[in-house]
Amino acid sequence: MGTNDRKKIRNDIILAVVLLAVAAAAMLFWHFGKVEGDFAVVLIDGVETARYALDTDTEVVIHTDNAGENTLVIAGGKAYVGAANCPDLVCAGHRAISRVGETIVCLPHKLVIKITAASDAGGVDMAA
Amino acid sequence: MQGKAKKLTFLSLAAAVALILSYVEVLLPPIVTAVPGIKIGLPNIVIIFLLYRFGVKDAAAVSAVRLAAVTLLFGNPVMLIYSIAGAALSLALMALCKKCGLFSAVGVSIVGGVSHNLGQILVAMLLLETAEIGYYMIVLAVSGTVAGIFIGLAGMAVLKAMKNVRF
Repeated sequence: MGTNDRKKIRNDIILAVVLLAVAAAAMLFWHFGKVEGDFAVVLIDGVETARYALDTDTEVVIHTDNAGENTLVIAGGKAYVGAANCPDLVCAGHRAISRVGETIVCLPHKLVIKITAASDAGGVDMAA
Repeated sequence: MQGKAKKLTFLSLAAAVALILSYVEVLLPPIVTAVPGIKIGLPNIVIIFLLYRFGVKDAAAVSAVRLAAVTLLFGNPVMLIYSIAGAALSLALMALCKKCGLFSAVGVSIVGGVSHNLGQILVAMLLLETAEIGYYMIVLAVSGTVAGIFIGLAGMAVLKAMKNVRF
């Protein structure tokens, strides 16, 4: 193995370590910087259609384009998708969310459920 | 068989292999169900091989054929835009990374894995107009790096095994 190959492998390792370190730092920042939210906001195609308080247990069916249906469940201060008729069911498999900024996304239905704080007036803030 | 015909035959074969690897990947159970989008990226073994042996244009052509076939067979048009974004950004950055000469195929593959995820997240942020989705990138950067290492090692093994095959 030539010195050039050795150098490349060293660079590979540096690249992997830097990426993992940045992700770890971001994860720590995310973990400690986030607070529990107050509302689960429903966005269809980027437009807010409803919001539900996390302190009230409820179950609602969200209707999206093309007869899409996702059941939003709020229980014990957390929100999750209980059932859906999308093809991949990624949203239904997603863990429950409760912190400000967390989202559950259903790509086929262009649906986003996101957690916000009470102070957030709503709407979409692309600068966030 | 000479020249162009041989090359075309091989590239078609490569597209078929990439398609089969996509199918194998669909069959694999999701590694982490809580976070969508985590994939090992098996077809990238083929793309990396092509990038090194044929160049970026042929790799892009095979990638495009694979995407079209995968969309017809198991996907839907909505998902195609995510696939294209991931594949295009990934191939562009892998080609740059290979050209700069700083990394081995493993480093190139890591860049490919992470940028594939980045491309898809960027499209999701744009299409859903929700910037918060960006935080998925934290987990997807880790999974892209880990998957990239394994795919890069596999790609290297294929390159080594095919070293004496002339096209």
